[in-house]
Parts: sequence; C-alpha cells; structure tokens
Amino acid sequence: MIEIKVKQRIAYPKITKFFTPFFALFFALLFGAGLFKWVGVDPLKAYKIMLSGAFGNFYNFSEVIVRGIPLILSGLSVGLAAKMMLWNIGCEGQIVMGGVGATAIALFASPYLPNYLVIPAMIFSGFIAGALWIFIPAIFKAKWNVSEIISTLMLNYIAIIWMEHLYFGPWRDPEGRGFPGSAIFPDAAWFPRYLGTRIHLGIFIVFIVTILIYILLNFTKLGYEIKVIGESELAARYANIKVTRNIFIVLMISGGIAGLAGVGEVAGVYHRLQQGLSSGYGYAGIIVAWLGRLNPWGILSVGIIFAGFMVGGDALQLNLQLPSSLSLVLEGALLFLVLAGEILPKYKISISWKKLSKS
Amino acid sequence: MESTYLFLTTVTIQSSMAVLFATLGEIVTEKSGILNLGVEGMMLMGAMSSFAASLYFKNPWLGVTCGLITGAFFALIHAFFTIGLKANQVICGLSLTIFGMGLSSFLGRFLIGKTGTRFLIWHVPILNKIPLVGPILFNQTPLVYLSYIFVPLIWVLLYKTNIGLSLRAVGENPTAADVTGISVVRYRYLATIFGGMMAGLGGSYLSLFYTPGWKENMTAGQGWIAIAMVIFSTWNPFRAVIGSLMFGGINALQYYFQASGITIIPNYILMMLPYIFTLVVLFLINQTEGAKRKLGAPASLGVAFEREL
Repeated sequence: MIEIKVKQRIAYPKITKFFTPFFALFFALLFGAGLFKWVGVDPLKAYKIMLSGAFGNFYNFSEVIVRGIPLILSGLSVGLAAKMMLWNIGCEGQIVMGGVGATAIALFASPYLPNYLVIPAMIFSGFIAGALWIFIPAIFKAKWNVSEIISTLMLNYIAIIWMEHLYFGPWRDPEGRGFPGSAIFPDAAWFPRYLGTRIHLGIFIVFIVTILIYILLNFTKLGYEIKVIGESELAARYANIKVTRNIFIVLMISGGIAGLAGVGEVAGVYHRLQQGLSSGYGYAGIIVAWLGRLNPWGILSVGIIFAGFMVGGDALQLNLQLPSSLSLVLEGALLFLVLAGEILPKYKISISWKKLSKS
Repeated sequence: MESTYLFLTTVTIQSSMAVLFATLGEIVTEKSGILNLGVEGMMLMGAMSSFAASLYFKNPWLGVTCGLITGAFFALIHAFFTIGLKANQVICGLSLTIFGMGLSSFLGRFLIGKTGTRFLIWHVPILNKIPLVGPILFNQTPLVYLSYIFVPLIWVLLYKTNIGLSLRAVGENPTAADVTGISVVRYRYLATIFGGMMAGLGGSYLSLFYTPGWKENMTAGQGWIAIAMVIFSTWNPFRAVIGSLMFGGINALQYYFQASGITIIPNYILMMLPYIFTLVVLFLINQTEGAKRKLGAPASLGVAFEREL
C-alpha cells in the first residue's frame, strides 16, 4: 500500500522561504486563469491586458502609484498595529474620517488661513481625525481588553454613514445638482501634482511615513517594546513594559496613518468629499501588510504590486467588460496561497511503497 | 396601536434571524476552539448561491440546501487552513471574508435585479390565534420556525450531551481531550463546518426572504455583528436569541420611523444604531472580563492544537 507520511521539519532552507511568495503568486495566477477560462476569456489575453493596463506605459504606471498611495498608507497602518498582534480592521473608517477631517479644513477654515498653511493644516486635521476614530477601540482594548477587531470594524460602517450624511446634507455642494459630494475645494487646498500625471504630494507622505515607521521600529525604545509585546505580552509585562500605554499609543498612530490616506484621496485625487472615498483600501491594506511581512519596506513594495493588480483589474473591466470584483477574488486567493506557502515548507511529505506485512 | 405593535414585533423577529443563525453556528465553532472571522464572507456566499439555486430550480428549499452546502464548503477551507495547516486563525478568517466578498460579487453579477422564488409566510393554524404572541410567532416564514427548533437543540447538544461535553473539552483543553481519546481534529472540523452551514443559512434567509434578491454586500456587516453577538451571548444559544432580538428591534424601529414619517431621531443616526449597539454590547460584556472564564469563553479559542511528541 502507499504510505504518506507528514513530518515536521525542524529547520528549512532559507531559499524556500524566499521563493514561497513567488510560488503563491504563481498559483494565484493559475487559479485566476481557471476563473477567466470559466467565464470564457482567454487567460493569457486577460493577463496581458492587466499587465499593460498597469505597467504598459508611463501614464498607466503613474495611475498605479496614485492607487498605491492610500493602499500603502493603509498597509502601514495595519502593519504597525499587527507588529503588536493588534488587528486594525477599521482602516476603511479611518480613511473616511481622515478625508472628512481634511475636508472640514478645506471648506471652512481655509479662508481664514494663509495659503501656505492650508495643506499642512489639512494633513494635521486628517491625521487627528483618523486617530480620533480609533480612540474608542484603543481605549477599549488598552483598558478593558475589548476585541479591537470588532470595534474597529463596526466604526467603519458608522464612518461611512456619517460621511454620506455630510455630503448629502449639511456639506452638499450647492451647485452640485444632486451630485453626491461636497463643494470643490478652493485652489489652496489642492495637493500639488507632478509630471503632468495625477501623482500628488501623497507620494512624499508615503515615503516619510515609511521611513518614520522603519526608524520607530528599529531605533527607538517604543519600537523595541512593540516588538517584545508582539512576541509575548506576558514577557513584556515581566520586563515592566507599560503594555496598556503602548497599545493605546500604537493604535492611535495606526489610525492617524490611515487618516492620512483619506487626506491624500480628497486633497490629491477628488478635490472634494465624495462617494466612493476609500473603496476597499482598508481591507486590501490588511493583505498588503501581511504579504509585506509587516516590514515597512515590504509593505511599500507589495503595495505597488497590489495597486498594479487594481489598475489592471480596471483595465479588464474597460476592455473585456469583466467586473472589478475579480481582482478582489484574486486577492483573496493570493492571501490563502501565501498562508499555505508559509506553512507547507515546514512539513516534509514522503510517499513510499510498503508491502503489507503477512500475519 | 395594535397594528404598530404587530409591525414592530414581527419586523423585530424577521430582522434578527440572519444574525441569530450565524451566531448559533459561530457559538458551536468557537466552543471547539476555532475562531472563524469569515462569517461575513460565508453569509454572502450563502446568500448568493442560495438565491441562484432557487432561481434555477424554482424552489426555495433547494436554494437553502445550496446555501448550506456553500457555507460548509467555505468553512472547510477555514478548517483545512487552521486545523490542518495550523495557520493563524485571525488572518485566515479575514482572508475568507475578503475572498467571499469578492467571489460573491463576481459570481452574482448576473443575479442583480432578478426576482426569483422566495419563501412565503406559513400561517400555523390554532397556534397563531394565541393572544398577543400567537400572531407574531406563528405567522412567519418556515425558516423562522426552524430557529425555534435550532436554539434549544443546540443548547441541549452543547450542554447536555456527551458530544457537547467532548466538544467543549476540545475547546478548553485539547491536549487533555486528546489524551482521553477524543479526536480533537475531527471535532474541530465538524464544528467549523457546522458554523459555516449556519452562516450559509443566515445568508439564505436574507436573499430568499428578508430582502429577496441578490445585491453586492447585502449582509452589510451582519456577519461581524454575529461575531460580536457570540461574545454577548457568552456562548449560550438562549442569550444569543436575546442579543439578536435586540439587534432586530433596532432595525424594526428604524423601519417604523421611516414608514410613519416620524422623525424623533435623524435617519442617519438610526442607520448607525445597530453598529453603535454592537459597540456598547462589546463594552458591557467586557466589563465583566474578570468573570469571562465563568461566562463560558473557551480557554483554547484561537490556539492551534499540536500533539506533543
């Protein structure tokens, strides 16, 4: 009979660790190919369209960067919290509130501010709004150990309803003829754009935040404590690390970073508060953070690849009339495959023929 | 006055069902020590597939069956990754939700706007003549009657049978359970799959009765609310009923205000209420955190089982 043995490996070569994400990507693409085939589209053609739609020329690539800005920020936000084994599933809501915070400045405070202060004030206000939106979950988690997963998630729905109320109600564009959005921002509140594309100031925010998190994690006391708490909360408590305080601080920073993504969207892309602000960036950020192994530089690079997926998905929709939810399916499949890819090399599977012993 | 009472109570029950089904399933799953955060994804897949099947077969019962199978299949993915491969349960559940959200919108895109067969109200003779409660409890859809059976059944199963005892042992201390000869892996697989079937049932209820038809993300967070309800219920099916009814009651009030045109509370606040309610519930339950063990939280929830060699 055939005997299949699964044995746990004590150590496995580094090279497998390096290659597993690529294997995962390959199998995710294979899964996608099956899906394309099933809906009657030639998979090679579909992938070609996705690839050229995302990286085919400079303008397309600039769109990838535009999508990458909120995605990377949200990935960094999730990633920082996840370093401490905290799950910020509420990025979507914090992005929305960051947008609301920036809009409040742009619409109502900008006439009273000198022009050069408008954008810094918007960035500040968006950061604070995002941080405030995670304030309740942070207090709940830090003080009473209430699951931050559900509390941050519930606040997503509340944030979206609140934003809709604002742009359908008190903040509605008086000249909008029913368009679901606020009035267009004054010029001083527009993020500068570069190279004739839609790439905006947010790209520098992304780099600054990435570097700051890298420094925070590797060269500061707080960063060291975050890592200790993430490895073992009990050990951290024995070492007299103030766990409660750190949980609170890290969640607030995480919320603020997500808020910055919202600022970039309203000030750099839409120039108003409008429907569709943050369509899934918060959730995709979770995947990006995990695939980037919670490392800020990893998140940066995975974020760009993922934004490519999104822009490529849009190209599919435009050229082949395929729904954009397809990219969400591919993302989900990729996540599962990476999970499998991280675990499978830990085991050794041996298949051998064995003669039945005669009794 | 009487019609208001009837409207509010009937809608309360109807709005609470999907959350109740999903909560009951997740209670069983979590009691075995597996945390499945993919409820939202499983509900969406259940809603989409059951509506598609009922459209195709022109029979809502076959639709529900399909919803159950889809839920079970999705839960099986979670079970395979978390039990078989010992993957991180939080990440895996989140992946399941994202995957379910995407796949249901993708596969369901031809179903949007279609009207198919749906469940009708079954009037139970005699019983629905009981004053006050009769017309509310017994002029409902068959799926609601199903919940009347499920709640006590799951309670008995969990707390009054050997199977339930073993299941809880697996969730509390898998190593000890393993030593006594209970198959930890089998119990966890079955409990997870059962949870998936119940989430699928909750989804079917939405697409075949509550808001007949398919709409992208039609569960609107009810899967997540169910996960919060599990904590609120302290893993007790009867208390899950109370929690779900409170959730349903808030929904009923919202519809009542909208239909009657009374605006005591602005509409957007009403829409936020279920989510705010969930937050408050989470907070209140955790105020008794010290007593959490007594409340019934499985000690090994979210921890993979590994047999020591």
